[in-house]
Amino acid sequence: MTEPRAAWLFATPALIVIGAFFFVPVLAAFALSLTDFDLYSLADLHNLRFIGFGNYIDILQTPLFWKSLVNTFYFVGVGVPLSIAASLGAALLLDSKLARFKGFFRTALFAPVVTTVVAVAVIWRYLLHTRYGLINYTLAHFGIAPIDWLGDPHWSMPAIILFAVWKNFGYNMIILLAALQSIPTDLYEAARIDGAKFVQQFRHITLPMLRPALLLVSIITVSGYFQLFAEPYVMTRGDPLQSTVSVLYFMYEEGFTWWSLGRASAIAFLLFALILAVTTALLRLGRRKGIA
Amino acid sequence: MKHSLWHKAVVNGLLIAGAFITLFPLLWMLSVSFMQRGEASTFPPPLLPAHATLANYHELFERAGMGRYLFNSLLIATATTLLSLLFNLAAGYAFAKLRFAGRERVFQVLLGALVIPGQVAMIPLFLIMKWLGLVNSYGGVIVPALAGVFGIFLVRQYARSIPDDLLEAARIDGAGELRIFARIVLPLLKPIVVTLAIFTFLASWNDFMWPLIVLSDQAWQTAPVALAGLSREHVQDNELMMAGSVVTIIPVLLLFLVLQRHYIQGLLLGSVKG
Repeated sequence: MTEPRAAWLFATPALIVIGAFFFVPVLAAFALSLTDFDLYSLADLHNLRFIGFGNYIDILQTPLFWKSLVNTFYFVGVGVPLSIAASLGAALLLDSKLARFKGFFRTALFAPVVTTVVAVAVIWRYLLHTRYGLINYTLAHFGIAPIDWLGDPHWSMPAIILFAVWKNFGYNMIILLAALQSIPTDLYEAARIDGAKFVQQFRHITLPMLRPALLLVSIITVSGYFQLFAEPYVMTRGDPLQSTVSVLYFMYEEGFTWWSLGRASAIAFLLFALILAVTTALLRLGRRKGIA
Repeated sequence: MKHSLWHKAVVNGLLIAGAFITLFPLLWMLSVSFMQRGEASTFPPPLLPAHATLANYHELFERAGMGRYLFNSLLIATATTLLSLLFNLAAGYAFAKLRFAGRERVFQVLLGALVIPGQVAMIPLFLIMKWLGLVNSYGGVIVPALAGVFGIFLVRQYARSIPDDLLEAARIDGAGELRIFARIVLPLLKPIVVTLAIFTFLASWNDFMWPLIVLSDQAWQTAPVALAGLSREHVQDNELMMAGSVVTIIPVLLLFLVLQRHYIQGLLLGSVKG
């Protein structure tokens, strides 16, 4: 067997799987988004009609879509900076020469990342319970009246953001920790000789050296957070007053509760375009500042 | 000196606080899962069960059928891990070490797929699975996960460090390509095999949205999908739900604790692509 022949033999099975179960469906999704595929078409394909960009126009006129978009931007806009701040704080602590038992702390802080999101969402739903929840119990010690976390439309999204930060910050913490450890120590030595304090060192050495890693984790986290779904599915079902309906939750309901598969495909493509636009903008911003 | 002692206290104090915040919900889940019915729905919330009981676990397995769901999860995650390892290792090695026309271009197209969120494919994928008769079967979850761009990428990155001379020498000795792959390449790839295996297993076990869509029939549901269903029905049964969370989380948490070095290595290898 020749080398190119062997290469195709080795690569083809994987390429067929990825082609048939990813690339074909993505193209099909676009085609589907231009049709009125619904429950009737599911039963009999003769009911299928081509409607051009009808689904897109229709969705852009649906108030719940705009609501889900605002909710998703709220989640991304507040959740991403908070998550990265938590990751950076934890990474700095773990990188500190003064820290003891680093292995234990690293594992403990990372643990939520590997847990099953549905299962920990169930725990958090209980922690956030208005009457029996430990979070309100703790807040009561500081004289704060019970908050109806998951029942009050003003607090439902903050509650989900809090949960998401807890669940996810460990992932970026590991990436940032590796970046911190790769900063040459003589930079800090020189700064110390010049009399720079911790805050000055952080601003003039750590932060500039971390920029590429921060850009990377921002892009990973932004595109991940735009795909919010399991948290509202388990914790709030999109309520109260649809304050936690995310774009993906909206797509799921349209597609698999109402079986409007054409409309759902169009929502999926709008989300894709949105993620691509935001991450590209982040990358451009990073490039302009001379990172990456 | 006093100054540095104070700094040390702050750093370690913050680390203890952070670890408390991440671990407390998990420990409390364990504690509540042993409480009597209704015990956790009192104020103030108790930290430890007054009389520890296994009643919630009994109910979970005997009435709610959790054993079946855990079995489904285990079977799906194990099959996905083993089969996708085979597909991704072979393809990753081919893209790293074997010369063929169009190699770089095909690989670029594959990498391009990473920017497309998986959910875009889900709706047509559901129709394809329906057409193949794989809705409500293990195959519906396993088949689309048989190969993945991330896995191929990870293997390719690692396999590039295999010296070409080694492969050439084997060829001159008359070894066939399959034999070279099995006898020389696979043993060298062992570290990345472990990393990719644990990554795939955890991702498959924890996966939610696709299994939710393709496994609507309870008999085939995975533990997370079934747990989400149970939690919508049993909103008030906190003790039962915590027991459900325990049995869903413990397998992956233990696996991570045993193999965490490999997991973290994979995480770092995978993130350099940016």
